[in-house]
This record gives sequence, C-alpha cells and structure tokens, in this order.
Amino acid sequence: MSAPAAEAPVTTARSGGPAQGPRTGRRKPKSSFRRRVSTWDRRYSPYLYISPFFILFAVVGLFPLVYTAWVATHDWDLIMGQGEFIGAENFLHVLGERAFWVSLRNTLSIFVLSSAPQVVAAILIAYLLDYNLRAKTFWRMGVLVPYVVTPVAVALIFSNLFGDRFGLVNSVLETIGIDAIGWHSDTLPSHLAIATMVNFRWIGYNALIFLAAMQAVPRDLYEAAEIDGAGKVRQFISVTIPNLRPTIIFVIITSTIGGLQIFDEPRMFDQYGRGGTDGQWQTMTMYLYELGWTRSDFGQASAVAVLLFLLIVAIGLVNFIITRRISSSEVKR
Amino acid sequence: MSALEEKPLPIIPRTGPATATKDDDPDGRRGSGSGAGSRRRAGRRRSRGPGRGPGWIVYGCLAAVILGGMFPLWWSFLIGSHDSTILSRDSFPILPGGNFFANAAAVIDTVPFWRATMNSVIVSTVTGVSVVFFSTLAGYAFAKLRFRGAVPLLVFVIATMAVPTQLGVVPLYQVMARLGWTGELQAVIVPGLVTAFGVFWMTQYLRQAIPDELIEAATVDGCSMIRTFWHVALPAAKPAAAMLFLFTFVLNWTNFFWPFIVLGPQNPTLPVALQQLQAAHFVDYSLVLAGATMATVPLLILFIFAGRQLVSGIMQGAVKQ
Repeated sequence: MSAPAAEAPVTTARSGGPAQGPRTGRRKPKSSFRRRVSTWDRRYSPYLYISPFFILFAVVGLFPLVYTAWVATHDWDLIMGQGEFIGAENFLHVLGERAFWVSLRNTLSIFVLSSAPQVVAAILIAYLLDYNLRAKTFWRMGVLVPYVVTPVAVALIFSNLFGDRFGLVNSVLETIGIDAIGWHSDTLPSHLAIATMVNFRWIGYNALIFLAAMQAVPRDLYEAAEIDGAGKVRQFISVTIPNLRPTIIFVIITSTIGGLQIFDEPRMFDQYGRGGTDGQWQTMTMYLYELGWTRSDFGQASAVAVLLFLLIVAIGLVNFIITRRISSSEVKR
Repeated sequence: MSALEEKPLPIIPRTGPATATKDDDPDGRRGSGSGAGSRRRAGRRRSRGPGRGPGWIVYGCLAAVILGGMFPLWWSFLIGSHDSTILSRDSFPILPGGNFFANAAAVIDTVPFWRATMNSVIVSTVTGVSVVFFSTLAGYAFAKLRFRGAVPLLVFVIATMAVPTQLGVVPLYQVMARLGWTGELQAVIVPGLVTAFGVFWMTQYLRQAIPDELIEAATVDGCSMIRTFWHVALPAAKPAAAMLFLFTFVLNWTNFFWPFIVLGPQNPTLPVALQQLQAAHFVDYSLVLAGATMATVPLLILFIFAGRQLVSGIMQGAVKQ
C-alpha cells in the first residue's frame, strides 16, 4: 500500500528520482514561499503530531486531577453546584466518619490479600511456562483467558460460587466436614472472596510479564550456578528472583495503582452494591462513589479522592523501597 | 513494505519488539543442551531458565492452572443453562441444562442487551482505532523526528502512566454534565481517544522499526512530513498497531467504573447492563449468569483468533520497562 515512499531509493536532491508518485512540484525551482512552508512543516509538525495526547491529557487527566483538590476545599452539591470555600472541612468530615476508616481498612486488606499471592503465583506459573514446552502458544494463551472476562462478569460468577447458602464453595466445604463460611456476611471471608476474583483475572497476565523477564535472564548464570552445585530451588531463589527485580517492582507498582482503586468486584459482590450490610467490603472508591453520586456531595467525594491519591503515592513508595532492599540483599548473598 | 523487510534493520535492539515477535517459534528445543548450541541461543537472548525438557509434572501443573481458570466460565454457563431452582436443589449440576436460550431471552427482555452490545462494540472499536492512530503519530514524532523538548516531553508522557487519572472522576463528571454528554457514548469514548501507554508503546517500536535513511530519503525527495508519516511510519507500525488495538479493545470492553458513572441505564455498555441485570434479578442466578456468559463470549471469540498477538504483546510490553 505504501510502495512509492517505502521503496524510494536514496537519491540526491535534484538528480530526479524515479518518475513515480505525484511529486511533480520538484522539477520547478522552489519558490521562497514553498521553501518557507517546508521549513515550517519541518519545524512545527512534530509538535502537531504529539499535541493530541497532550491536549487530551490536559483536559481529561490533569485538569480533573488538579481540580479535584479545588472541589475538595469547597462546599459542593450535585444540583446546586459550587458553594463557598470551606477549607479542610470536607476532609475533617470524611476523616470523622467511621465508614471512611472501614473502607480504608477494607481497601488495604483486599489489596494485600490479592497482590501478594498474585505476584507469587504469577512467578511460579511463569517458571513453569519457561520450560521448553511443546505448544507454547497454547499454554500461554490458556493462562491468559481470564484476562478477557469483564470484571463485572467475574464478580457475578464468584459471588455465586461463594454464595452463603447455595454456593459451590460452601457445599464443598461442608462435604469435607467444614462449617459453611459467611462469605457475604463476615469481613475477612468477603475480602478473601473478592481477592480471589482479582487474582483470577490478573495472575495469568502477570505470569506472562514475568515470563518475558525470565527469558531475558542470561543462560550463563544458570550454567555457572549449576557448576557451583546449586540445585533447582537454589537456582530459582538465587538467580531467577534477583534478576526479576525490576519486573517485580513494576508489577507491584501497577497492581498498587489498580488494586487500591478497586471498585468493580466489591461493587458487584452482592446485588445492593453498598459493600455489605455494615460496609464489610466497601472500598474507598465505593465510598467515594457513594458520597458523590448517592449522597450528592462532590466536595466530600473529592476529599476522599485526594486522600486515596496520597495513599497510592505512599504505598507505591513503600513498595519500591521494600522491594529494592529485599532483592538487593539477595543479590549480595 | 518490501524495502523494509528485505534489508536487515540497522539497529537491532537488545529488547526491542522486532526480536520478541518471533518468540513463538520452536527455537530448536530438540537439540538443546549441547555446548555450542546453547551458547548461541544465549547470545540471541534465547536463554531458557530451567532448561531441559519438561516432565509430565510441569504439564500437569499447567493444565491444572488452565482448568482452574476456565472453571468459573464453565460454571457460569452451567448455571445459566438451567432454571432458577437449580441452586437450591441438593446436588449441583454436572451437565448443562436446556434452559440457556430461555434465560438468554429473559436477559434480553430485562436489560437493553443488544443496545449494550452495540455500544460496547462502538466504544471499543472507536477508541481502539483512535488510540492506534494518535499514538502512532506521536510515537513517530518522538522516535524519529528531532525537535526541541522532545526528551522532557517524552519523560512527561511516561510519568503520566503512573498517575491514577481515575481519581479525577468528580470534575470529569462535571465536565461531561456541562457538555450535556452524560448518558451519551462520547462521554466514554473521548477520554480514551489517546493513551500515554499507546504513545510510549509506539515510540519504542518505531524507534527500531524504521531505518533513519528511509525518512531521510523521503525528505530529500520532497515528501512533506505528513506524507512521510503516512507512507513510511504507518505501514511500519502495523504489527505494534495490531497489538495496541487489541489491548485498547479489551480494556474498553471490560471497563466498568467510568461508564457506570457517566452512562445512564438507558444507554449502557455491556458491563453496565450486567450490573442492571443483577440489580433487577438478584435471586435468579440462572438469569444473571446467562447474562455473564453472553457478555463474555464475544471477547472469548476474539481471543481465540487474536490471543497469540495479545500474548506476545503483553510479553513485549514487559521487557521494555
């Protein structure tokens, strides 16, 4: 489709290339106007090309993010619109609500329950995929299937599996002599169920990311380790893991950003979408939604958004430092 | 394209996409082990961690992982194909029942299912095409054109990937309300027209996919900048563009939070319609899970045809970090 330009041989300016394409203007001596247009073209086109991203980001990304801070310091109403400046009042009100602290606890709990097993399981699956498998593509595609299922569907399915009365999980538990668990009534079980949904969807995806990183580990390192008498497990701990360090940091940081904003799965865990009778699994984003769109208080909703943003930044930093320290000490050993 | 394919690329990056695309070839696994062969493979970044042929345990574990991943989907179909009393019976079904189409009809009656499917197709396709086009445009500029401020601007683009823009929902909603777009598809489409990830992805790819001489040649021949982009960059971007399209498509198809906030019940996307289904029929799990199955099948079909690209796309994206 692009034959003329792609095949254009390296010709000098005026030697007259192959007479193809509609570039007839070349024959005539360039007018100064044409030359000026061409200079402008060269100088400003790059900015034109990158501008869609920057304009769109400014309007739908940066502006809302910055403006959130403005909204958070004002009295707002869904119908009345902006009220007066009230400083930290929204923040104080939110921080004074029990629901905020419950949602903070839930968010952190679900985040830890999902991200930690997720990273471990993904690395182990990646290790299996890293063997010289027959029909590689089949196995890789197989582990990725859950990724294309919309989280809302995932939540509906698992909500059924974890049903308190007629759920499959409780039936299996009862068959082997364990009491039914109140997945929709107790706090920790509900967090476990929601974390399971998150893990279901993301383990395969992360496994492929780790697989890519594992394949980049130089084979010589394994050979050297083997000569030194290291077994498989030892090689995995002392060679594979330290070499995965940047990827582990990357996966943890992306899952922090996504995990702390979790909304879809807990929202759909029961039909009311309020996070349980007593907010057992109401997350911060759900709380934000409730403040803004159920209670019509955009100011308080924005205050939660600002607090959530600070939390994400803080945990991102902590993650980064811890991961760095752990893996660098492993390298030294 | 022909010129591009025939001559070897001048720069072969260590971790660039072009090398990684060939990841799925069977890379001589049979003759592995012997000294010279494995050393050559190591040099080509073909290193295999655990090495050697896997035993049945490895295959068994992987099969278990995949079956575990499929089970919830199978369960969804299983319950969705029975009537609503199935869950309260003593034993669980093992085989699908004959009620799926009746349930599907009820789903279509309860929520605007076709409209939601149509909306999801529109949103995912439009954002997919747009992200590919604008990202290629910006990626080409960052990768191949020289202009003042290119480096800091690219750093800025990458930095925005770490910013959770979802937290700006309150003002964004106000913007949409002011424009009168709430309940309209453009409220979902416009914010997704171009992404930082897409720009970064294309920059990385085009940097090594287009030889500089090609652009110089086009320039010397008097090609305008946009012609050069159209005839050199766009064709060269095809493989990366296909993956970026798939990513964007899946992302928008599965997205819930923002469409849920900004679209009303009249004009939902599929996930929003599913949410309505549950709110309307909380007891009738057969109906709800039939709906979940119906919303999943289209993307599963796409995945069967394009999953290979998606897999290699994810793996490439990872290596470049």
